[in-house]
Amino acid sequence: MTQAQRLAAGGLVDRSTPVSFSFDGKPFTGFAGDTLASALLANGVRLVGRSFKYHRPRGIFSAGPEEPNALVELRAGARREPNTKATCVELYDGLSAESQNRWPSLAFDLHAVNQFASPLLVAGFYYKTFMWPSAFWERLYEPAIRRAAGLGRLSGESDPDSYEKATAFCDLLVIGAGPAGLAAALVAGRAGVRVILAESDFVLGGRLNCETHEIDGAPGSAWARQAEDELATLPNVRIMRRTSVFGVYDGECGAIERVADHMPAPPEHAPRQRLWKIVARQTILATGAVERSIVFGGNDRPGVMLGSAMRTYVNRFAAAPGRRIAVFTTGDDGWRTARDLRTAGLSVECVVDTRHTIAPDVLSLTGDTAVYLGSHVVDAFGGHGLRSIDIRDAGGIRKRVAVDALAVSGGWNPDVALATHLGASPTWSDAKAAFLATEPPRSMALAGAAAGHWTLAEALHDGGTLGMDAATRYGHPQLAQPRFRTSDEATEVQACWHVGGARSKAFVDLQNDVTDRDIALAAREGFRSVEHLKRYTTLGMATDQGRTSNVGGLAIMAELTGRTIAETGTTRARPPHIPVAIGAFAGLHRDTHFKPTRLTSGHQWATGQGATFVDAGQWLRAQWFARPGETDWLQSVTREVRTVRSAVGVCDVSTLGKIALTGPDVGTFLDRIYINTFSTLDVGKVRYGVMLREDGFVMDDGTTARLAPDHWMMSTTTANAAKVMQHLEFCHQVLWPELDVQMVSVTEQWAQYAVAGPRSRALLQQLLGTVADLSNEAFPYLACREFRCGSLPVRLYRISFSGELAYEIAVPANYGDALAQALIDAGRDLGVAPYGTEALSVMRIEKGHVAGNEINGQTIASDLGLGRMMSTRKDYVGRVMAARPALVDSKRPSLVGLKPVDPAARLRAGAHFVARGVPASPETDDGYMTSTAFSPTLGHWIGLGLLADGPRRTGERLRAYDPVRAGDVDVEVVPPVFVDPKGERLRA
Amino acid sequence: MRYSLLSLLANAVSGHKAWKPQWRDAAPQSAYDVVIVGGGGHGLATAYYLAKEHGITNVAVLEKGWIGGGNVGRNTTIIRSNYLLHGNIPLYELSMQLWEKLEQDLNYNAMISQRGVLNLFHSDGQRDAYARRGNAMRIHGVDAELLDREGVRKLYPFLNFDAARFPIQGGLLQRRGGTARHDAVAWGYARGASDRGVDIVQNCEVTGFTIADGRVTGVRTSRGEIRARKVAIAVAGSSSRVAAMASFRLPIESHVLQAFVSEGLKPIIPGVITFGAGHFYISQSDKGGLVFGGDIDGYNSYAQRGNLPCVEDVCEGGMALMPAIGRARVLRSWAGLVDMSMDGSPIIDRAPVDGLFVNAGWCYGGFKATPGSGFVFAHLIARDAPHPAATRFRLDRFRTGNIIDEKGQGAQPNLH
Repeated sequence: MTQAQRLAAGGLVDRSTPVSFSFDGKPFTGFAGDTLASALLANGVRLVGRSFKYHRPRGIFSAGPEEPNALVELRAGARREPNTKATCVELYDGLSAESQNRWPSLAFDLHAVNQFASPLLVAGFYYKTFMWPSAFWERLYEPAIRRAAGLGRLSGESDPDSYEKATAFCDLLVIGAGPAGLAAALVAGRAGVRVILAESDFVLGGRLNCETHEIDGAPGSAWARQAEDELATLPNVRIMRRTSVFGVYDGECGAIERVADHMPAPPEHAPRQRLWKIVARQTILATGAVERSIVFGGNDRPGVMLGSAMRTYVNRFAAAPGRRIAVFTTGDDGWRTARDLRTAGLSVECVVDTRHTIAPDVLSLTGDTAVYLGSHVVDAFGGHGLRSIDIRDAGGIRKRVAVDALAVSGGWNPDVALATHLGASPTWSDAKAAFLATEPPRSMALAGAAAGHWTLAEALHDGGTLGMDAATRYGHPQLAQPRFRTSDEATEVQACWHVGGARSKAFVDLQNDVTDRDIALAAREGFRSVEHLKRYTTLGMATDQGRTSNVGGLAIMAELTGRTIAETGTTRARPPHIPVAIGAFAGLHRDTHFKPTRLTSGHQWATGQGATFVDAGQWLRAQWFARPGETDWLQSVTREVRTVRSAVGVCDVSTLGKIALTGPDVGTFLDRIYINTFSTLDVGKVRYGVMLREDGFVMDDGTTARLAPDHWMMSTTTANAAKVMQHLEFCHQVLWPELDVQMVSVTEQWAQYAVAGPRSRALLQQLLGTVADLSNEAFPYLACREFRCGSLPVRLYRISFSGELAYEIAVPANYGDALAQALIDAGRDLGVAPYGTEALSVMRIEKGHVAGNEINGQTIASDLGLGRMMSTRKDYVGRVMAARPALVDSKRPSLVGLKPVDPAARLRAGAHFVARGVPASPETDDGYMTSTAFSPTLGHWIGLGLLADGPRRTGERLRAYDPVRAGDVDVEVVPPVFVDPKGERLRA
Repeated sequence: MRYSLLSLLANAVSGHKAWKPQWRDAAPQSAYDVVIVGGGGHGLATAYYLAKEHGITNVAVLEKGWIGGGNVGRNTTIIRSNYLLHGNIPLYELSMQLWEKLEQDLNYNAMISQRGVLNLFHSDGQRDAYARRGNAMRIHGVDAELLDREGVRKLYPFLNFDAARFPIQGGLLQRRGGTARHDAVAWGYARGASDRGVDIVQNCEVTGFTIADGRVTGVRTSRGEIRARKVAIAVAGSSSRVAAMASFRLPIESHVLQAFVSEGLKPIIPGVITFGAGHFYISQSDKGGLVFGGDIDGYNSYAQRGNLPCVEDVCEGGMALMPAIGRARVLRSWAGLVDMSMDGSPIIDRAPVDGLFVNAGWCYGGFKATPGSGFVFAHLIARDAPHPAATRFRLDRFRTGNIIDEKGQGAQPNLH
């Protein structure tokens, strides 16, 4: 395809590098340095999209992130990116884009029929109808609305690209590399300030690339190149192009760097985008301004374009937005558009200015072009492309002019959103006819057009001054502030928002199809505050984030309600300032890398033993070890339980929290932490303890061993390891800083294995040989000791979760795999087998030990049968609150055991207890099943549960009510200890 | 004016010139029977039900800004009654039943859409906890279904089933759950209340209470003093500050909760999904935006703004659950102030000052409760006795220990 609308000369595109791309399947060619939008324009493509509600044909309206119309689905397959602004897409070879939100095609969109219903589809129409009959909303109305709504399509496939995160620090962050930003970076950078210059575009220079300005006698774009070259030589300056600062947060700015968006796919090992957190001592906001549109009939026709965008397309991209162009302006700026279009050899049919008097030097910019002063464009006509406009002159006479493009200049809105993210709303300045950020955050200053300083000279001056300030502030030698020589520009502008008397629809928000009449309706119905206006009409809520619509809309509302714009106010900008991919915020934490995977030091050994693993928080734990021939998990678990109960088993318990406490006051400290007493514990002994939260509910349980007078070892549950550590630190640092206690988490420093079963002593004696005497007399139940095996410290605790004779043995974590293997080797003749968490759980239920299912944050010690442990002779965390009336109520649901009346029946945790023969109701709900297991020892399912007044109901038969699963099972209440209630085995 | 397709058609013919303000922007009178402080969802609903259910129409709703500007317009629009505890279920189920009739009741389409709320589980322990919850719901007559992995896959094939750190095992589904158009809820209640004679007074900030002999007699406002026989506070986010004006303290901390919406997309997510291995919930609005959120930022704040770490945390949850949304862009984020109470449940009770009532502590679950909260609060104000569905939300429950702690987190507000 030829680039029919490409100007013969000029522009910053690289004509020596043609670039192929396609739009809606049609092949085109552009040049390196084009955006998708400029390349489409150069190829004469005018119809690029459809609007949200009415599916009106739309063309390219702007040349930046303010684009409301030219949204495309970029790329294909899993990389499809819906709603991508063609004006921000850097052209690359092979680019493919599709138009969106149209059916069956862009040129022929059946949904455009909505326009005929537009008298009904006014703002908020849906609040007034679709109510009858009520069932039709979900079945009929809403599905139809949902299908019609939305813009582009997600692929539905997993995003194949990766995203990175990085943090940068600097003295001075300059946001925007237009003239103000470049000047600031140059001045501060030369002085030695650590500067980061962030620019969204792929070239530096901002408007310098789009205008015909000169600085010090050179074209603006050439000056920008020169500045860039100099900045690149400064080691203290970092230039971040393709990087948009999207948010200002407490203490940092968020920015997104589009690392590979200008390529078909990211290079190998490179991310698509990088999320930056930039911590800067000072920020200069040099983001420029966004031109405003004017609301008149048909102002959405393809070919109507912001004047500044036209200058961008002509001067930077050498792409003609049309051949016969009119300019409609409220200020001097439009005249420069006309001048530049003429210079590019395009025909300017007329300039329409709402003002009656124009400065002579402005008037002279356009030579012999027809001029209409005190006049307005009232209506624009054309379907898929602008054909003509109606001008209403100062005398009120309508005149039709044939044009194929119309430049619109309604003044400028400083891009101040980033200055308001931390809270202060912008305020209206009548003098500037714009909202200004008068109270930016303390460490932020505004420069150039962002500050309402419209001229190039002011921008350069602002940048230079703020750059000097930064140099002074951060102690760098003073250099003389450079002076930049530029021509003066006229910047007078008249506030004019809305042209009355249109015959066709006049749009305020192009993407969301909000018209002037919608705003009038909102005013009529009482939605007069800017927040109500926005929410009722959806004004400013489109993907352009209101850049071209917000101020115009609220100005019209101000007119309608007889208030000033200052009184009407504006909505608060919220991050992100440009839309940012969800994937970029997530970075690497997705899929299997969502959270770290913690492996115990015996993981490799367990894998070798054929373990099936289960997630326990972030840990992976061996759940069971299937043997050849076992086809069902229950088979393996049952065998493991029987092995432990009859011989000996080995289980990795390294994941339990381990906290080492040292110091003379640990005993006192633990007395205050646990409900029971620890200060009396002898060296070489272990005690079971329960700790409460401040509110009297059980927080955690576990054993603590006293290895030496000043050296204690606390164990916590796996789930609460971090929480308990945090609790201890809080108690020590905040409540009792006077206690001489030091503590450190050593969970990952020790590999620990339970060795359980009647032959566990024999196994350990075999392993340790003469190092230790493990006879019941020398090493009784609840003994602990540290031995040395060669140079290796070995800790042994005689504790039991299974209820059998059992020990836990710990070695430094490096030896995890080796210890596990050594235990198996030592026990080979004793019939040893490894067992997993499932068997562990079965045996603790058989033994009536509570675990996470019971210690769920909603139970108190007496609920769990542990009430008698609560010391009455000392104070401890939670004691006072545990005495509240509801916590001493004897009817509270308390721990019971349960067995099925029919021994073949399976029990399930989560079933509620209801008396037999009565309907389940809130009044008859007596508690619920907390844990269940098939007991190989008893040969049927057993359960633990919390039952109202439970301990007194032994023998009672109840219904375990489980409507969300299999249904009901009749159960009998039994004591919660099913195996060895006297505890003879563990003391054997 | 009654809203219907017919009235819309009739107005379309006349150029929509005849529509009237949806509610009267009233000037404050000198005295009312009841003054409600706070023109958010709960305050407006309370006014509506005072008028409708109890015939009390000499009522003013005082709003310091514009109605609906607080949390009713800053949430993720989810409605559900999938609670665990007996203290909570009746209120949220009452609310759900009111949602189901709301549009016909208000003659205002708030787009109540029962597209289902699915809570995913990823472990046996979570499954059993959801079974316990589902059974509790069924005991209260609330719908609940426990789905296995294949059941979830049938509903949401695009979730991450294959490469997940915490694979999905199933989910608890409440089909009657869904979403509502949040702003419209505020406006619909305002219109309904205003039509029944309630004064909705905007830009009227309450600056103090007038109290005589331990009984409230009115409020001081930026628009003058207003006498009232009863005063009701419904100012979530600012509850402690307003309570302080009446010299009592609330067991509440103010926190920041962020929410997010993406650019408009063609439909991909039919219902509401919550992730069980991280804090993340998502739905898609009728307009096409993905609406999602996660944890509170975690520190006490009165600033209606959030910070990046929480944004990242939420999006990590999203990408772990459904990596298909990676290329969807966040269009806007916003932050609301939430009343985090000590047990994660609200307070609907008489204040320690006679004639003063307080509705607070909704944590981040206030929106779904809007109709029920207004209904029971109106009952409490009108009859001076709690509604049967809301007997346990007492201010003194922290003293008696009758707490309603769904999560079992204890008295640490930022964990609820």
